[in-house]
Amino acid sequence: MGTKRNFRIWRGDADGGELTDYAVEVNEGEVVLDVIHRLQATDAPDLACRWNCKAGKCGSCSMEINGMPKLGCMTRMSTFEEDETVTVTPLRTFPVIRDLVTDVSFNYEKARETPAFAPPADLAPGDYRMQQVDVERSQEFRKCIECFLCQNVCHVIRDHDENKPAFSGPRYFIRAAELDMHPLDAKTDRKEYAQSEQGLGFCNITKCCTEVCPEHIKITDNGIIPMKERVVDRRYDPLVWLGSKIFRRGQVPQTSVTSEHSPGAVRSNAAGGGLHSHAGGSHDPAAETQAQQGVNWHREVPHPTAPAVDASGKLPLTELTFDRAAAPSPFGDDVTFPLPPEHLNFAHPDQDQKH
Amino acid sequence: MTSSATRPKPRGARARAAIAAKTLRTDRWWLAPLITVIGLGAWITYATVRVFMHKWYWVEEYHYLTPFYSPCVTDRCIPEASHFGQYLPGWWIVPDAAFTLPFLLLFRLTCYYYRKAYYRSFWLSPPACAVPDGHASYGGETRFPLIVQNSHRYFFYFAAIISLINTWDAIAAFRSPEGFGFGLGNLILVGNVVMLWAYTISCHSCRHIIGGRLKHFSKHPVRYRAWGYVSWLNVRHMQLAWITLGTLALTDFYVMSVAAGWISDLRFIN
Repeated sequence: MGTKRNFRIWRGDADGGELTDYAVEVNEGEVVLDVIHRLQATDAPDLACRWNCKAGKCGSCSMEINGMPKLGCMTRMSTFEEDETVTVTPLRTFPVIRDLVTDVSFNYEKARETPAFAPPADLAPGDYRMQQVDVERSQEFRKCIECFLCQNVCHVIRDHDENKPAFSGPRYFIRAAELDMHPLDAKTDRKEYAQSEQGLGFCNITKCCTEVCPEHIKITDNGIIPMKERVVDRRYDPLVWLGSKIFRRGQVPQTSVTSEHSPGAVRSNAAGGGLHSHAGGSHDPAAETQAQQGVNWHREVPHPTAPAVDASGKLPLTELTFDRAAAPSPFGDDVTFPLPPEHLNFAHPDQDQKH
Repeated sequence: MTSSATRPKPRGARARAAIAAKTLRTDRWWLAPLITVIGLGAWITYATVRVFMHKWYWVEEYHYLTPFYSPCVTDRCIPEASHFGQYLPGWWIVPDAAFTLPFLLLFRLTCYYYRKAYYRSFWLSPPACAVPDGHASYGGETRFPLIVQNSHRYFFYFAAIISLINTWDAIAAFRSPEGFGFGLGNLILVGNVVMLWAYTISCHSCRHIIGGRLKHFSKHPVRYRAWGYVSWLNVRHMQLAWITLGTLALTDFYVMSVAAGWISDLRFIN
């Protein structure tokens, strides 16, 4: 039998809300999310909370516990004093939907704006070969579970909402770092992109993203600072500049990212004119065209075939009338795998040359 | 039947959760910034006083030179203490190590660790995680003057040269009136130099230059190894930053005490 503990939970929605007091039973070994579930089963059946795996791997139950952004499922009740009141609030940086559930679509917009992996020109998918030492650094960032605690704690947008259009946040800085360090990524302007479009310059490396990361990714030391140093290589290094002038080497192909504005300057959506787009790719039309290269939206794809019917015009659904023992393919009997590539919406950039 | 449907409002009209408290943190989040302010404030005060004191920086008997006066380049320097010549007039406002101190200051000022420390503690931007920024607007390091923080790498190069000079000072101090000599002061000077090298090499810019900038570690096995060593040190950059502040102050204080005759150097050999 557990003990009764005091909780203060924020209840409300976008129109307002308040901290509500609850006394809940807590048993040995439980985490904050267990207590929230007990509350839903007892005192507050309409308490809204987003959760999924209860194992710290899905990144759904992000909340603020005693003011610190944490995962509800990874915060043990044993870390609090018996007589301590535990305060649970929704993430502050994002608009609230209800109770502990916030609208984190800001992060998905920023994800869409980040250019994806650019396949190498001379390799077909399936022929990629990489050495472990080359992919190790990128693999650390692949541990990200997208709980968005780092995005939530970052004071650049937490305390200054107006920076949201110009700032992508720590999660997308490590995404940029992951791809820039990727041994096969063919895009060469990720540093410039991080500085001018993602707002890397806003970061003042106060390391709160690293402090709250439940996957213990060294976001600042291994992701953001290396990216800042790579930007210095390109932008602020007079020796590199001089070397490129004298030896005419290392000329940066200024392809997609051509920002006339000061790096990472605050821009509103409206001021960005036709450049700013949330539809995918980047803010830059040329970059967007490049990003869309592999996708042919106008490809003629055969319509799905109608299911085969029997003589009476009905689907052969019973075992008695069906002509074989096993279940029919959900894709239709006339579809064989793999599908011919020209029937797919996605095409590798080189595909048309080969076929 | 109960309905708990929450109809999402149109984008842009959404508000954040209305929480009145600026922070709900219950731990002592103010302690770390407070300690940083006290620690850095005390060190800067001590260093400023010592730099403009213009005395007790050289122990003639054992050739101890404090790092705050190395290299001594003004014409008010004791000639034996000026290992690399005298170039500047000896006004009291000119630090005797005027060629090195500004670069060392800028190296530490633009250091990725110190930036975190003073942005949090002195500038309150933010004072601690999930505690509100003390300022109404924020532009980060996107424009002048803070964009200059990107020059950290150049000050790293200077700091490496200055570490060489400090190493020379430490080696030249194995002296006594009889020739070779070795005392407690030597241990302190050497310890200080070792720590200074560790701090300098563990710098994030150094880590980048050594190997971090490579895309394919497999093509550069030697640099990859070096990067591994620097990364090991780099994890300890914060500790080294504080340790070197301590060793610098200790070294200077020891040399000052011996030079002023408050204590005598404990000699092991000669």
